[in-house]
Amino acid sequence: MNRRSTRLVALATAAGLAVAALSGCSTGGTNAAAGDDVTLTWWHNGTGEPLNGFWQDVATEFEEAHPNVTIEVTAVQNEELKTKVAVALQSNNPPDLFQQWGGGQMNDQVAAGKLLDVSDDVAEELEAIGGSAAGWQVDGKTYGLPFSMGISGFWYNKALFEQAGITEAPSTVDELNDAVDKLKTAGITPIVVGAKDKWPAAHYWYWLALRSCGQDVLQDAGKDLVFDDECFTEAGEELQSFIDTEPFQEGFLGTSAQQGATSSAGLLANGNAAMELMGHWQPGVMGGLTEDGKGLGDDLGWFPFPAIAGADGAADAMLGGGDGYSCSASAPPECVELLKYISSVDVQTRFAETGAGLPVTAGSESGVTDPNMVALLEARNDASYVQLWLDIAYGNNVGGALNDAVANMFAGQGTAEDIVTAMNDAAAQQ
Amino acid sequence: MSSNQFVRHTDNDQSGLPAGRASARPAPGRADVVPDSPTTREAEGLQHKRRNRRRGRGEIVLFAGPALVVYLLFVMVPVGLAGYYGFFKWNGIGPLTDFVGLDNYVRALSDPVFIGAIGHNFFFVIASLLVQGPIAIGIALLLNRPMRGRSFFRVLVFVPYVLSEVIAGVAWLLLLQPNGPFDALLTSLGLGDAVQLWLGDPTIVLWTMLAVISWKYIGFAIILFLAGLQGVPEELAEAAQIDGASWWQIQRHITIPLLGPTIRIWAFLSIIGSLQLFDLVWIMTGGGPANATSTMATYMINFGFTRSQYGYGSAVAVILFIISFAIAIVYQRFVLRRDTEGALTRRVG
Repeated sequence: MNRRSTRLVALATAAGLAVAALSGCSTGGTNAAAGDDVTLTWWHNGTGEPLNGFWQDVATEFEEAHPNVTIEVTAVQNEELKTKVAVALQSNNPPDLFQQWGGGQMNDQVAAGKLLDVSDDVAEELEAIGGSAAGWQVDGKTYGLPFSMGISGFWYNKALFEQAGITEAPSTVDELNDAVDKLKTAGITPIVVGAKDKWPAAHYWYWLALRSCGQDVLQDAGKDLVFDDECFTEAGEELQSFIDTEPFQEGFLGTSAQQGATSSAGLLANGNAAMELMGHWQPGVMGGLTEDGKGLGDDLGWFPFPAIAGADGAADAMLGGGDGYSCSASAPPECVELLKYISSVDVQTRFAETGAGLPVTAGSESGVTDPNMVALLEARNDASYVQLWLDIAYGNNVGGALNDAVANMFAGQGTAEDIVTAMNDAAAQQ
Repeated sequence: MSSNQFVRHTDNDQSGLPAGRASARPAPGRADVVPDSPTTREAEGLQHKRRNRRRGRGEIVLFAGPALVVYLLFVMVPVGLAGYYGFFKWNGIGPLTDFVGLDNYVRALSDPVFIGAIGHNFFFVIASLLVQGPIAIGIALLLNRPMRGRSFFRVLVFVPYVLSEVIAGVAWLLLLQPNGPFDALLTSLGLGDAVQLWLGDPTIVLWTMLAVISWKYIGFAIILFLAGLQGVPEELAEAAQIDGASWWQIQRHITIPLLGPTIRIWAFLSIIGSLQLFDLVWIMTGGGPANATSTMATYMINFGFTRSQYGYGSAVAVILFIISFAIAIVYQRFVLRRDTEGALTRRVG
């Protein structure tokens, strides 16, 4: 009896230890530079086609060119990827190459020493990419490279514009207001916004801040996280007077951006509204929300956010964001090679051909054929500068506070000053 | 559960029997029942008792050990860590260096949005009890009567509960869009004037969520009550019927009181569920518009993950834990006590 019970205790303890051991250490093949063989782990958010297959092809090509390298590619859903990367960077076993959106979140990762400084290795690539790479640099050092940089603007239904008698795309806010009036008169919902998701609403504020503030003011604010310049309040006031013209669809506070035919993208795609302010991904999203999978087809047009007469901000500045990759601090040198390969003209041109984004490397423009995407690419390349989405540029904390505060204004529960206060308060808590 | 009460009654009667009869029937396998034995055998008896007890311990370690280790590692350790993180200003990356004491707690409890979120949780606690309780009892009583298609209806009321929260949330999100299917239904019924911006109007949306939550979880209450009703002895109803009681009187004075323990347990689960409410709200409104439906859990996710303030989010998690725990303890102590007496409040044997 006694011996048996001792054995039982031992067994139970062993089981417990096994569980503890399993949870305590995770196995993985990274960095195990046994001989020359290297395994690279690569995380991206291209869970759907064409991106998933495209990245897999890139990995296979790289493996063929470097026989000692094995690449483990993992596609993770976008929101999940952000959490997963944050957790993995805390662990001893982060992915080698992972998707990076730049901005405040990347600054935090750099400050914590989690990213590889690739400045010296990618000088050529930086030259070919130009200004778009700025979002992946901190204090003059490069911690990643973008592979796609898009901008937002108004996507509109040409047929509905024609029906309302609008002949030219609005180039000033006043013209936009006129267009809204004409559409309303014609019984057409002028603009859709997915305010339930907050960020689509906040994009209006970003754009108005871009038009109201000078480049220096915006970028200094991004660095110091102080938002005392009057132009930030002016942006909110502009937004308030725009909301007051009631340009949005009924019940926009409960509308999501991309879920189903009643989402804002779905309403535009199915011809139930004339315009939506949205990023370069819009045609792809709209396609998935119509029965024929084509969205509006040739009826879809694009124009940049209109200018505000007499405001400080540049009328040709663009707001956008990109996708890039960073190598984690412990990644082997092959990671940087892979990063460079992804930025090569060849891969970038083929990336553009998939239609999943706008390439950044000079010389790869030929891959872009869709007329709207060509217009976007031209606007981006001609821009005096491209400002990163403000919620990303200012980091999750201030950016989140900004999005919440703008969403409150859309709900009629906040003033222009409240938005600025919310951002300053959030910055103080950082 | 009511049957327990009934059985317990007979138990008490039995224990009132002369002791001689009880000892004449030694309970097999119960180590602590020491038979009347002469003093010479007492030592051997004690040794036997000790050995049995040790064996009992071995079994406890074997069966409870693995579960306990998992529980400690994946429940208690994270809870402890959350408590620890809650004292730091921490963005989730980098080392924990910025100790701020109770600042995070002060900040949470002085944030009107968080106070509002607590208020919404308590709204759901009370409103869920008031709305779901009576309706569920009514439906359970109806479904407990012999009728055609009874099991079909039982399955039907339970379906919403079986659906995953995500699917139910997305379905309702699509149904409740302006000019969506739900509005079309109302209009076709001639109730076009009742149409609201169900999810878009900050003054309506809390009630919309209450309706969806009630729809989702009432099936659980009904199933619990139906199970409880199986334990209510029919003889009592028959006896009352012979005495001339109406169906309603029987339900009111016999069935519902005997259903008491089930109702109290359901209320407990409902309260805890309402305090920790997350999925449906997150999917349907994200806590909005303008924080009109935020709960403690959505607030926690918003700050902890969306805004990368893991320290602050942890402090909010601890507050949520303390509130739920305090309510659970008080409820156990004052409401569930009569149902669990002997099982939880006193040592068995």
